[in-house]
Amino acid sequence: MNNGSVAELSQVTKRFGTITALDGLSLQVQPGELLTILGPNGAGKTTAISLLLGLQQPNSGSALLFGKSPLCVEARREIGVMMQEVGLAPELRLREHIDLVGSYYPAPLTPAEVVEFTHTASLADRPYGKLSAGQKRQVQFALAICGRPKLLFLDEPTVGLDVQAREMIWEAVRALINQGCSIVLTTHYLEEAEALADRVAVLAKGRLIASGTVSEMRALVVRTRISCLTALAAEQVMVWPGVGSAHRDRDRLHITTSNPETVVRQLLAADDDLQELEVRRAGLSDVFTELTQEAA
Amino acid sequence: MTDSSLAVRGNLPCSARMPGSRLFRAYLTEAKYECLRSLRMPGFAAPFLVLPFALYLFFGVVLFGSSKEPNTALYIFLAFAVFGVMGPGMFGFGVFVATEREQSLITLKRALPAPPAANLLAKMLMATLFAVLVMITMIGAALFIAHLRLTFAQFLSQAVINVLGSLPFCALGLFIGTRASGKSAPAFVNLMYLPMIYLSGFFFPLPHSIHWIQFASPAFYLDQLALSAVGLPASGTPLSNAAVLVAVTLLFGALAVRRLARVG
Repeated sequence: MNNGSVAELSQVTKRFGTITALDGLSLQVQPGELLTILGPNGAGKTTAISLLLGLQQPNSGSALLFGKSPLCVEARREIGVMMQEVGLAPELRLREHIDLVGSYYPAPLTPAEVVEFTHTASLADRPYGKLSAGQKRQVQFALAICGRPKLLFLDEPTVGLDVQAREMIWEAVRALINQGCSIVLTTHYLEEAEALADRVAVLAKGRLIASGTVSEMRALVVRTRISCLTALAAEQVMVWPGVGSAHRDRDRLHITTSNPETVVRQLLAADDDLQELEVRRAGLSDVFTELTQEAA
Repeated sequence: MTDSSLAVRGNLPCSARMPGSRLFRAYLTEAKYECLRSLRMPGFAAPFLVLPFALYLFFGVVLFGSSKEPNTALYIFLAFAVFGVMGPGMFGFGVFVATEREQSLITLKRALPAPPAANLLAKMLMATLFAVLVMITMIGAALFIAHLRLTFAQFLSQAVINVLGSLPFCALGLFIGTRASGKSAPAFVNLMYLPMIYLSGFFFPLPHSIHWIQFASPAFYLDQLALSAVGLPASGTPLSNAAVLVAVTLLFGALAVRRLARVG
């Protein structure tokens, strides 16, 4: 294991026929961190996770789990997995599924502990096939944590969940992190990454194009959005120093700038009747859009 | 953090080493839930348990029960016993494995630390259990309804041969399950199952011109073993027939396991 990481991809290349899914990708997951992997469709996120789970083998480079090959069952006894699309046996109940998956681990949680932790007690005795899509995701999350994993892979964990169920999963994820569990999260919900992630890795075309904390990633895009109700014309504002773009949407003027303090002063000086001023730093979605557009 | 969240790690050891007793329990748990799943699907279980029994009663008792030919009743019993044990293995493995592959359940189990052979052994146990149930009902019908005159040892030998003889059909079903989709698997299994029964020649004698084709049907060899066990004339020796069945099991089992390990 290098640098004490719990999972590591080192200079990994994976090809499917003529398509290169991963191109010399290196990625490490440190103990106790939540790493979010972002990227547009086809960026190689799922392939990267598949290599770490031992579901596929790299053409070159190496994948390690706890310093061992992911094919080693001892290494996989330290992990929990929630896949994006999986159909569990519809005839079995949640309590039975937990008993079954827990039997794969040396010291699993009991079904009672799992349903309490994941707030799924009401689903415990219902056949999986009778559950809604959101409830099935909750069950899959419960199964992912039942082996007391040191490293948890969550692939789009909150797709199809209502707000309450999503909050419950977020709460459980934060609790797991507090207890020292490492988590690899892939998600299309950027607000989920902003809410949970210690570190973000952005993939595009099988390569790592940026990696860092959410704050570090935001700093990559030196841009702030300003909007307000004003009579000023967009064309008038466009020529001010530091203004990247300006456009009007009905009564609101939207400005993108790398120098928000100066622009705000100018706005207030130019229009005494200016109202509802909003200033917002670039979010992860702005960073994601900019980075992936550059890589395309 | 809630109190319940503390339970995730607690003070319990998180060693990745698995004691032998827990490993054994993992195999048992997988087998238990495989059987439970089958029993909770009456649409799957009932035909395999009822059909051979009902067909045997119809042909062996109602249609040919009063046949002057002394061995007719015995031939019919042997044929339907073989027919009965083929289905659970072929359909159980073929359809279940194909469906689990399609729904990524097998992929999930490969990612989880499931013991490598647990899923397949559980399905094999389930198919064997069904074969035992089929043989119990068939022997019960032969004894108490058809009044077939066989010794206890002969009935027992039929049960052992057919229960063990279900394994090649498990391997064939597994092979289909690793290749077909969940929706097409029943059709592919039927495509193999029904011609195999017909071509084995144990229900209808094949025309002499295509007599050789029966050697291509694994069911033929199981039927020959069953015939030998009750002293009726059979093609080949018990050893050669058993060897073919073992070879079919190993060949198709190995091809399927290899594909499951590589592709899922």
